[in-house]
Amino acid sequence: MSFGWQALPLYIILVSVVTGILVFMLGEQRQHTRTVLNLAGAILKLALILIMLLAIQAGTTFEFRLPLLPGLDLLLHADRLTMLFATLSALLWLVTTVYAIGYLEQSPNRARFFGFFSLCVAATMGVASAGNLFTFFIFYELLTLATWPLVVHRGTPEAFAAGRIYLAYTLAGGILLLVGLIWLHALAGAGDFILDGSLAPIASGNENALRAIFVLLMLGFGVKAALLPLHSWLPRAMVAPAPVSALLHAVAVVKAGAFGLVRLIQDVFGFQLAASLGLTDLLAWVAGVTIIYGSVLALKQSDLKRRLAYSTVSQVSYIALGVATGGVLATIGGLVHLVHQGLTKITLFFCAGNYAEAYGIHKVEDLDGLGECMPVTSVCFTIAALGMIGVPPMAGFITKWHLGAGAMAAGAPWVILILVASTLLNAAYFLPLLQRIWFRPLTEEIARRDDRLGRIRQVALIAPTVFVAVTALAAGLLAGIPGSPLFWVTRMVGAEGP
Amino acid sequence: MTNEALIGLIFLPLLGACATVLPGRFATYLGILSGLAPLPLLLVAVTLSVAQNGPGFLELGGWAAPLGIRLFVDPLAVLMLWMVAIIGGLAAIHAWCDFPPASPSGQRFWPLWLLLTSAMNALFLSADLFNLYVCLELITLTAIPLIALTGSKTAVRAAMRYLLLALLASLLYLLGVALLYNATGTLDLYLMRDALAAAPPAAVVATLALISLGLLLKGAVFPLHVWLPKAHASAPGPVSAVLSALVVKTAIYLLYRVWLWSVPATVAAEQALTLLAILGAGALLYGGVLALLQQRLKLVIAYSTVAQLGYLLLILPMASSGAWPVAWQGGTYQLLSHGLAKAAMFLAAANILHALGSDRLSDLQRLDQRQPLSLFALAVAGVSIMGLPPSGGFLAKWLLLDAAFRSGQWWLLAVLVAGSLLAAAYVFRILAASLRRDDPTEADPVADTKAIPNVQTACAVLLALLALAAGFAAAPMIEFIGPGAPGAWSRP
Amino acid sequence: MNPSALIYLLTAAIVFGIGLHGLLQSRQILRQLLCINLMGGGIFLLLITLGGGADGPPDPVPQAMVLTGIVIAVSATAFALALLLRWHELGDSTELDAVANADANTHDE
Repeated sequence: MSFGWQALPLYIILVSVVTGILVFMLGEQRQHTRTVLNLAGAILKLALILIMLLAIQAGTTFEFRLPLLPGLDLLLHADRLTMLFATLSALLWLVTTVYAIGYLEQSPNRARFFGFFSLCVAATMGVASAGNLFTFFIFYELLTLATWPLVVHRGTPEAFAAGRIYLAYTLAGGILLLVGLIWLHALAGAGDFILDGSLAPIASGNENALRAIFVLLMLGFGVKAALLPLHSWLPRAMVAPAPVSALLHAVAVVKAGAFGLVRLIQDVFGFQLAASLGLTDLLAWVAGVTIIYGSVLALKQSDLKRRLAYSTVSQVSYIALGVATGGVLATIGGLVHLVHQGLTKITLFFCAGNYAEAYGIHKVEDLDGLGECMPVTSVCFTIAALGMIGVPPMAGFITKWHLGAGAMAAGAPWVILILVASTLLNAAYFLPLLQRIWFRPLTEEIARRDDRLGRIRQVALIAPTVFVAVTALAAGLLAGIPGSPLFWVTRMVGAEGP
Repeated sequence: MTNEALIGLIFLPLLGACATVLPGRFATYLGILSGLAPLPLLLVAVTLSVAQNGPGFLELGGWAAPLGIRLFVDPLAVLMLWMVAIIGGLAAIHAWCDFPPASPSGQRFWPLWLLLTSAMNALFLSADLFNLYVCLELITLTAIPLIALTGSKTAVRAAMRYLLLALLASLLYLLGVALLYNATGTLDLYLMRDALAAAPPAAVVATLALISLGLLLKGAVFPLHVWLPKAHASAPGPVSAVLSALVVKTAIYLLYRVWLWSVPATVAAEQALTLLAILGAGALLYGGVLALLQQRLKLVIAYSTVAQLGYLLLILPMASSGAWPVAWQGGTYQLLSHGLAKAAMFLAAANILHALGSDRLSDLQRLDQRQPLSLFALAVAGVSIMGLPPSGGFLAKWLLLDAAFRSGQWWLLAVLVAGSLLAAAYVFRILAASLRRDDPTEADPVADTKAIPNVQTACAVLLALLALAAGFAAAPMIEFIGPGAPGAWSRP
Repeated sequence: MNPSALIYLLTAAIVFGIGLHGLLQSRQILRQLLCINLMGGGIFLLLITLGGGADGPPDPVPQAMVLTGIVIAVSATAFALALLLRWHELGDSTELDAVANADANTHDE
């Protein structure tokens, strides 16, 4: 156990934890102090992560180890995958914090909201930097605990009903994960079992046990990643305030599940072992079905946020699909989608939040003509929607290109069919929205409503929206230059092998 | 030095209790302080000695067993003594505000409290079955007046019911002890094993059945738990905390001592342990379901105690398997973390009851604004009760699941999983009730809330934080606790 | 074991049994207390008999146990009577009513 410079991942987690605790302690009234504290925490965290990124480039390794039980350590480290997820979450935390400050102005219980918001990000950072499954589990469950108060934040009966469903799914998933984990622990013995290939030596003779463990872990992660049929908590959780939805979908909960699946294939089992046991095919098929199913259901939703939620169900499974397909290109496609989907989806949720706040619009039908009175938000929405569909040269296209090419290389042409079908479906549920926004006349009823955003909220809501939209656009347009998500992921996969 | 410390652990609170009944304020203060404050210090000495020299006996008055009465101290006893010192100590600080020593209520409270402390310390150290009977009775006769102290109808009824069942339990235990003495000629827990192996089986079965029945009744193990919820829920806050965290555990502790230290490891004994574990499973499930159905916060917490005690019995059938060391670590860690978390919950519930004037779940709404720190304590302790990370409860549950896996007892695994899901359901039910907000127009929810002394809030929060900290500091404690009972149970 | 010991043992068993029967049958708290004392008496008799020592001096340990046990039984009974008195004052009843469960969830302070 060393608390020096090596323990930087711990300090990054603690930054968010301390911010959260201070926010709780400040109480409801000290609004300005709280704002300053939130922003300072988010900026400090981002800065620390950038420093860590540079240090890793320079060859430093980070590791913090605290023995919790005999033979089981709390292990935090930073590999490339960690940094990918951590950078994404830190950046989007900062943006979402700004957005949430504007969004929740004047609403009650803000201290509680921001406190748990910070804890939630701390847990996400823990998930990202977990060095073994035991640590991963601890933060994964902490994430459940920290997000529940956010889901039920509004305190309405519907919110509590959604919260109950959320808990029922995530806690049951957590138990499956725990059982799988303990089984793995009993089988593989003590040690950090998140190293590639460490399971290979014990594989012979234990094939069926390993298959069962994989399925248990897959179900455990699948709940948060909203894999079919474990997805139905996600649309219900839409009762939460927009920044929470944004965070849940783009950064924290869903991504933690997807990230778990990536770790499971890449690090715990290793692609070779998982493939030889037929497990990658299983995951790929489940992901494929989820992609189509989510898209079909998204078509049917008339509530804007619910449509976006089903879209998340579908889009997040690209990550699992890519990783499960295997091969360099498909893996790149899956991992880069972790970032692309995050940026794009958070833009969409911010826009939906803006529509709701400014004109009280929740339904798809009411979007008619909004491009006229909310041009900036509508442009952002359009950029993100096109990105989701995968129109070249948007971010979604980069993902799908790599997935498709990787699938061909890996000899899984059926993936192409999934991609084509999904793209058509994406277009089918996003293009009508764009058509309504830009080409339909404003309904009289909406026109009579006043824009309820004040000047300050204008800035606090619109600025983050524009920022994430531009970033999402840049991630696609500038994918070829050094420093883009694609660049990082390509280097990562190239360095560590598929 | 250690010997004096052991005797001090028993006699300082006893002398303190005597001092508190003397006339004059000074004597009361002196009694309380001298009875409770030195305990942690003495325990440090005892802990160091046990860590260095291993378990040891102390022959009182120089009389050797079997004639004399011995004290026995080992890591398990040290753990329990620490729980008495820490949980009892913080609960005492909490009680100081409600029962000021100089007041009439304080005059009644503190002698009982000190006697209870002394009796529990004595119980954890005694090696003699009859001496243990005396300790059990002392605990009963001090704990029950503490429950009845409020004088309310509910409390007196609960106390009366508890008393009748506790006296019955004592008699069953005493009958068992009488038969045991006849069969083996010794009352020393640690000299009994060989004698029991040689005794006629029928006598052994009858004795152990009577002793266990008495202890199960005192320990409120399902289905003999009926007295517990109302007794624990209607007692004053600090008393509830100590009852749930410590007093019921004394019976479980004795069950461990009898079954794991004194009974020969035979097939029949193994079957008996499985039976006990089945009761534990019943407790875990039945208690969990009933906790889910209660309308009052303190009753939810009390039924949760019924459920959580089940974990402690679930480890028993693993005594002869290779997974025993892990199971034992899990059981003892559960003992500790449940104690801390449950005491925190009861103290927090007492604060909430005081502040709101009610602890009905439907009256808890907006608790996050009315009693934020009490809710914090409740929530953090709840995390440990649910067995979610990071908490002592999580590490305990991990170890228990691990042991169940290694021993191949799949039904234990299923019970553990079901138990923790039920716990999650009833804890989150409390939390959801506390965040609810039925009337958004209500201007100032804090207006009708009474202020709570900061000290009382601090005690609840501190215990909750200890339960949380137990999630990070397990390794040294588990190392100290060691493999549990001496060799006889563990087969190669 | 001599015949007189057998008589004592039987008596002890019968006294204990009567006590147990009464405890389970009766609703009156006072009767229940008496029954508990009866059971205790049965156990004490058993202890004394078993420690009687058919040949040689009697074993002192059971005697000491019985003495202690009597002290405990007396104090427990005294406390129980005091509690019963309090219960009687509160509700004018000497039974723990069977409907106690009905108000399990009420709060009467």
